Amino acid sequence: MMMSCRQASRLISDGMDRPLSRSEQVRLSFHLLLCRNCRHFRQQMQQLRSGIRRARDE
Amino acid sequence: MSASPEQIEAERPWLLRYARAQLQDQAAAEDAVQDALLAALEGRERFAGQASVRTWLISILRFKLVDTIRRQHREVATDLSEDTDLSDLDGLFDGQGAWQQAVRAWGVPEEGLLAKQFWQVYQQCAQAMPKRTAMVFAMREVMDMDIADICQNLSITTTNCSVMLYRARMSLRECLETRWFQQEIAR
Repeated sequence: MMMSCRQASRLISDGMDRPLSRSEQVRLSFHLLLCRNCRHFRQQMQQLRSGIRRARDE
Repeated sequence: MSASPEQIEAERPWLLRYARAQLQDQAAAEDAVQDALLAALEGRERFAGQASVRTWLISILRFKLVDTIRRQHREVATDLSEDTDLSDLDGLFDGQGAWQQAVRAWGVPEEGLLAKQFWQVYQQCAQAMPKRTAMVFAMREVMDMDIADICQNLSITTTNCSVMLYRARMSLRECLETRWFQQEIAR
Protein backbone atom coordinates (compact mmCIF):
# COMPACT_ATOMS: atom_id res chain seq x y z
CA MET A 1 0.00 0.00 0.00
CA MET A 2 1.22 3.47 -0.80
CA MET A 3 2.25 5.57 2.15
CA SER A 4 0.01 8.49 3.12
CA CYS A 5 0.90 12.17 2.82
CA ARG A 6 1.14 12.26 6.55
CA GLN A 7 3.79 9.53 6.54
CA ALA A 8 5.52 11.07 3.55
CA SER A 9 5.77 14.49 5.20
CA ARG A 10 7.31 12.88 8.26
CA LEU A 11 9.87 11.04 6.15
CA ILE A 12 10.72 14.21 4.25
CA SER A 13 11.40 15.89 7.57
CA ASP A 14 13.41 12.94 8.89
CA GLY A 15 15.40 12.89 5.67
CA MET A 16 16.67 16.38 6.46
CA ASP A 17 18.27 15.08 9.63
CA ARG A 18 19.42 11.56 8.84
CA PRO A 19 20.03 9.41 5.77
CA LEU A 20 16.86 7.48 4.91
CA SER A 21 17.04 3.73 4.53
CA ARG A 22 16.89 2.25 1.06
CA SER A 23 13.31 1.12 1.53
CA GLU A 24 12.24 4.48 2.96
CA GLN A 25 13.79 6.19 -0.04
CA VAL A 26 12.03 3.95 -2.49
CA ARG A 27 8.62 4.28 -0.86
CA LEU A 28 9.00 8.04 -0.55
CA SER A 29 10.10 8.49 -4.15
CA PHE A 30 7.12 6.48 -5.28
CA HIS A 31 4.77 8.65 -3.26
CA LEU A 32 6.37 11.86 -4.51
CA LEU A 33 6.07 10.71 -8.08
CA LEU A 34 2.32 10.56 -7.68
CA CYS A 35 1.67 13.37 -5.20
CA ARG A 36 2.08 17.01 -6.09
CA ASN A 37 1.18 18.27 -2.63
CA CYS A 38 4.06 16.38 -1.09
CA ARG A 39 6.42 17.56 -3.80
CA HIS A 40 5.46 21.10 -2.90
CA PHE A 41 5.89 20.28 0.77
CA ARG A 42 9.40 19.00 0.16
CA GLN A 43 10.23 22.12 -1.80
CA GLN A 44 8.91 24.31 1.00
CA MET A 45 11.10 22.47 3.50
CA GLN A 46 14.13 23.15 1.34
CA GLN A 47 13.15 26.82 1.03
CA LEU A 48 12.75 27.02 4.78
CA ARG A 49 16.23 25.63 5.35
CA SER A 50 17.93 27.76 2.72
CA GLY A 51 16.04 30.89 3.83
CA ILE A 52 17.25 30.43 7.39
CA ARG A 53 20.83 29.77 6.32
CA ARG A 54 20.98 32.79 4.08
CA ALA A 55 19.44 35.08 6.66
CA ARG A 56 21.70 33.72 9.38
CA ASP A 57 24.92 34.05 7.40
CA GLU A 58 24.24 37.44 5.93
CA MET B 1 48.65 35.31 13.49
CA SER B 2 46.15 36.37 16.10
CA ALA B 3 42.89 38.28 16.00
CA SER B 4 43.02 41.86 17.24
CA PRO B 5 40.62 43.02 19.99
CA GLU B 6 39.13 45.47 17.46
CA GLN B 7 38.45 42.69 14.98
CA ILE B 8 36.78 40.67 17.70
CA GLU B 9 34.70 43.57 19.01
CA ALA B 10 33.59 44.45 15.50
CA GLU B 11 31.69 41.19 15.26
CA ARG B 12 29.59 41.87 18.37
CA PRO B 13 26.41 43.03 16.59
CA TRP B 14 26.46 40.07 14.28
CA LEU B 15 27.05 37.61 17.12
CA LEU B 16 24.22 39.18 19.06
CA ARG B 17 21.82 38.70 16.18
CA TYR B 18 22.93 35.09 15.90
CA ALA B 19 22.52 34.47 19.62
CA ARG B 20 19.11 36.16 19.83
CA ALA B 21 17.82 33.94 17.12
CA GLN B 22 18.30 30.87 19.23
CA LEU B 23 17.65 32.05 22.73
CA GLN B 24 14.65 34.33 22.44
CA ASP B 25 15.74 35.62 25.80
CA GLN B 26 17.46 38.93 25.15
CA ALA B 27 19.43 39.06 28.38
CA ALA B 28 20.63 35.48 28.04
CA ALA B 29 21.73 36.18 24.46
CA GLU B 30 23.76 39.19 25.57
CA ASP B 31 25.38 37.17 28.35
CA ALA B 32 26.34 34.40 25.97
CA VAL B 33 27.87 36.87 23.50
CA GLN B 34 29.72 38.61 26.31
CA ASP B 35 31.13 35.29 27.52
CA ALA B 36 32.13 34.33 24.00
CA LEU B 37 33.87 37.67 23.37
CA LEU B 38 35.78 37.38 26.63
CA ALA B 39 36.85 33.84 25.85
CA ALA B 40 37.92 35.00 22.39
CA LEU B 41 39.96 37.90 23.76
CA GLU B 42 41.71 35.62 26.22
CA GLY B 43 42.36 33.02 23.57
CA ARG B 44 43.08 35.30 20.64
CA GLU B 45 46.61 33.94 20.26
CA ARG B 46 45.00 30.63 19.42
CA PHE B 47 43.18 32.03 16.41
CA ALA B 48 44.83 30.09 13.61
CA GLY B 49 43.96 32.48 10.83
CA GLN B 50 42.71 29.71 8.56
CA ALA B 51 39.09 30.57 9.11
CA SER B 52 37.65 34.08 9.18
CA VAL B 53 37.45 35.82 12.56
CA ARG B 54 33.69 35.52 12.37
CA THR B 55 33.73 31.78 11.82
CA TRP B 56 36.13 31.38 14.69
CA LEU B 57 33.96 33.50 16.98
CA ILE B 58 30.88 31.58 16.01
CA SER B 59 32.51 28.32 17.01
CA ILE B 60 33.21 29.80 20.45
CA LEU B 61 29.74 31.30 20.73
CA ARG B 62 28.15 27.95 19.94
CA PHE B 63 29.66 26.41 23.04
CA LYS B 64 28.31 29.25 25.16
CA LEU B 65 24.89 28.94 23.56
CA VAL B 66 24.73 25.23 24.14
CA ASP B 67 25.57 25.84 27.80
CA THR B 68 22.80 28.37 28.05
CA ILE B 69 20.30 26.18 26.24
CA ARG B 70 21.15 23.31 28.54
CA ARG B 71 20.53 25.49 31.56
CA GLN B 72 17.25 26.75 30.16
CA HIS B 73 16.29 23.25 29.24
CA ARG B 74 16.69 22.09 32.81
CA GLU B 75 14.29 24.84 33.82
CA VAL B 76 11.82 24.24 31.01
CA ALA B 77 11.86 20.46 31.10
CA THR B 78 9.79 19.88 34.17
CA ASP B 79 7.95 17.27 32.18
CA LEU B 80 10.53 14.73 31.10
CA SER B 81 8.08 12.37 29.47
CA GLU B 82 8.71 11.48 25.85
CA ASP B 83 7.18 13.88 23.40
CA THR B 84 6.11 11.58 20.59
CA ASP B 85 2.46 12.45 20.36
CA LEU B 86 1.67 14.11 17.06
CA SER B 87 -2.09 14.30 17.43
CA ASP B 88 -1.80 18.09 17.37
CA LEU B 89 -1.25 17.70 13.63
CA ASP B 90 -4.45 15.73 13.09
CA GLY B 91 -6.26 18.75 11.68
CA LEU B 92 -3.86 18.99 8.75
CA PHE B 93 -4.72 15.57 7.37
CA ASP B 94 -7.92 13.66 6.64
CA GLY B 95 -8.72 10.18 7.90
CA GLN B 96 -6.59 8.59 5.19
CA GLY B 97 -3.65 10.79 6.03
CA ALA B 98 -3.97 12.95 2.92
CA TRP B 99 -3.50 16.74 3.11
CA GLN B 100 -6.73 18.52 4.02
CA GLN B 101 -5.69 21.54 2.02
CA ALA B 102 -3.65 21.64 -1.14
CA VAL B 103 0.00 22.42 -0.54
CA ARG B 104 0.91 25.33 -2.76
CA ALA B 105 4.26 25.92 -4.32
CA TRP B 106 5.66 28.98 -2.60
CA GLY B 107 7.17 29.87 -5.90
CA VAL B 108 9.15 32.73 -4.52
CA PRO B 109 12.48 33.07 -6.27
CA GLU B 110 15.29 32.35 -3.85
CA GLU B 111 16.51 35.95 -4.21
CA GLY B 112 13.05 37.14 -3.28
CA LEU B 113 13.58 35.93 0.26
CA LEU B 114 14.99 39.19 1.45
CA ALA B 115 17.20 37.85 4.16
CA LYS B 116 16.62 40.39 6.86
CA GLN B 117 12.84 40.44 6.64
CA PHE B 118 12.69 36.71 6.37
CA TRP B 119 14.70 36.48 9.56
CA GLN B 120 12.25 38.71 11.42
CA VAL B 121 9.27 36.68 10.30
CA TYR B 122 11.09 33.47 11.14
CA GLN B 123 11.74 34.71 14.66
CA GLN B 124 8.12 35.70 15.18
CA CYS B 125 7.06 32.27 13.99
CA ALA B 126 9.63 30.55 16.19
CA GLN B 127 8.29 32.37 19.21
CA ALA B 128 4.85 31.00 18.58
CA MET B 129 6.15 27.44 18.99
CA PRO B 130 6.49 25.60 22.29
CA LYS B 131 9.82 26.55 23.82
CA ARG B 132 11.40 23.14 23.68
CA THR B 133 10.37 22.64 20.07
CA ALA B 134 11.81 25.99 19.06
CA MET B 135 15.01 25.22 20.93
CA VAL B 136 15.57 21.90 19.20
CA PHE B 137 14.78 23.42 15.81
CA ALA B 138 17.25 26.29 16.33
CA MET B 139 19.96 23.88 17.40
CA ARG B 140 19.41 21.87 14.25
CA GLU B 141 18.79 24.52 11.61
CA VAL B 142 20.49 27.65 12.90
CA MET B 143 23.42 26.08 14.70
CA ASP B 144 23.80 23.17 12.27
CA MET B 145 24.12 20.61 15.05
CA ASP B 146 23.43 17.02 14.13
CA ILE B 147 20.73 14.99 15.81
CA ALA B 148 23.16 12.96 17.89
CA ASP B 149 24.69 16.12 19.39
CA ILE B 150 21.29 17.63 20.12
CA CYS B 151 20.05 14.48 21.82
CA GLN B 152 23.17 14.23 23.90
CA ASN B 153 23.04 17.85 24.96
CA LEU B 154 19.41 17.73 25.97
CA SER B 155 19.36 14.10 27.11
CA ILE B 156 16.48 13.18 24.83
CA THR B 157 16.03 10.26 22.44
CA THR B 158 16.48 10.53 18.68
CA THR B 159 12.81 9.72 18.18
CA ASN B 160 11.79 12.51 20.48
CA CYS B 161 14.15 14.81 18.66
CA SER B 162 12.85 13.98 15.19
CA VAL B 163 9.24 14.34 16.36
CA MET B 164 10.01 17.81 17.65
CA LEU B 165 11.79 18.78 14.44
CA TYR B 166 8.88 17.52 12.37
CA ARG B 167 6.41 19.46 14.48
CA ALA B 168 8.56 22.59 14.26
CA ARG B 169 8.74 22.35 10.47
CA MET B 170 5.00 21.84 10.14
CA SER B 171 4.32 24.78 12.37
CA LEU B 172 6.83 27.08 10.68
CA ARG B 173 5.48 26.12 7.29
CA GLU B 174 2.01 27.27 8.23
CA CYS B 175 3.22 30.38 9.96
CA LEU B 176 5.53 31.43 7.12
CA GLU B 177 2.85 30.78 4.60
CA THR B 178 0.51 33.23 6.32
CA ARG B 179 3.00 35.83 7.37
CA TRP B 180 5.51 35.81 4.60
CA PHE B 181 4.51 34.15 1.39
CA GLN B 182 1.03 35.59 1.17
CA GLN B 183 2.38 39.07 1.59
CA GLU B 184 4.93 38.24 -1.10
CA ILE B 185 2.12 37.40 -3.44
CA ALA B 186 0.19 40.52 -2.53
CA ARG B 187 3.18 42.72 -3.27
